[in-house]
Amino acid sequence: MSGHEHHDHDHAHDHAHPHAPPPDADAALTHAQALELAVTSLLIEKGVFSADEMRRQIEAMDARHPGLGGRLVARAWVDPAFKARALADGSAAARELGLEVGPLRLIVVENTAAVHNLIVCTLCSCYPRMLLGLPPDWYKNRAYRSRAVREPRAVLSEFGTEIAPDIEVRVHDSTADMRYLVLPRRPAGTEGWSEENLAALATRDSMIGVALARNPGA
Amino acid sequence: MSGASVNPAAAPRFAPGDRVTVRRAYPPGHIRTPYYCRGASGVIERLCGRFANPEELAFNRPGLPAQPLYRVRFRQAELWPDYQGPARDTIEIEIYQHWLEAAP
Repeated sequence: MSGHEHHDHDHAHDHAHPHAPPPDADAALTHAQALELAVTSLLIEKGVFSADEMRRQIEAMDARHPGLGGRLVARAWVDPAFKARALADGSAAARELGLEVGPLRLIVVENTAAVHNLIVCTLCSCYPRMLLGLPPDWYKNRAYRSRAVREPRAVLSEFGTEIAPDIEVRVHDSTADMRYLVLPRRPAGTEGWSEENLAALATRDSMIGVALARNPGA
Repeated sequence: MSGASVNPAAAPRFAPGDRVTVRRAYPPGHIRTPYYCRGASGVIERLCGRFANPEELAFNRPGLPAQPLYRVRFRQAELWPDYQGPARDTIEIEIYQHWLEAAP
């Protein structure tokens, strides 16, 4: 695209355009993509669900966002009894706030003065989508998945997060039926803040554990 | 945190605090036990519930009896002899009971 920035659009927009259009994404389907299309059209054809129902599910999935997890974190920061319930049964605590968590079990792990938690799924990309939305690309790539268990402090450092050696780094590999949400430490200087303002400090990355909650003083 | 309502279910053989060793086995198929913890010893952190065995579900079989699923805490140095961080660093992994043996 270099040179495009200086491209002058004052000329007549004919088809002797000096730069190429973006490439079409029309590479051959992979086996898995072809299989997915075949299964989808069969399910729709047989009336298991309609195309519109599928579209609505995708729309609902895409609408989830880290603000949902942030609500749970903010409530735990202001309400010690709720925090205790969230640590005992994350799914039940999420439902208490009206958050839809589906059939998966949510485990909330708390960062403290002694422990910093980090979430990864080495086998695929298990992620608490119901509370954080779709995972970032790096969460799914092989480098993060393999290095987060092998050298978590080096990975944290690349995210700009230095954990003191006297704090235990505890990695959680979501290999099976649980999903994990980190309860980050509440930033200093936020006494008396509303839950809504606190929720904005619990960023996506802080709930995965690659960062701390946003520090409003920094 | 009650177990999934899947019957029949295998009875839990381990309790939090028990020392366990992951079987050093390499069967083919859909295995949820990561390679890097096979043969390693750790401590049961909690029982997560009982779930149909995913190694069977992957082949459209019922996966019963449901297997107790545990979270097992390992010291990083147990998994990676050349681990660079402090000795206090740990990792917790979900492991089904049929992959675990009581540690000697």
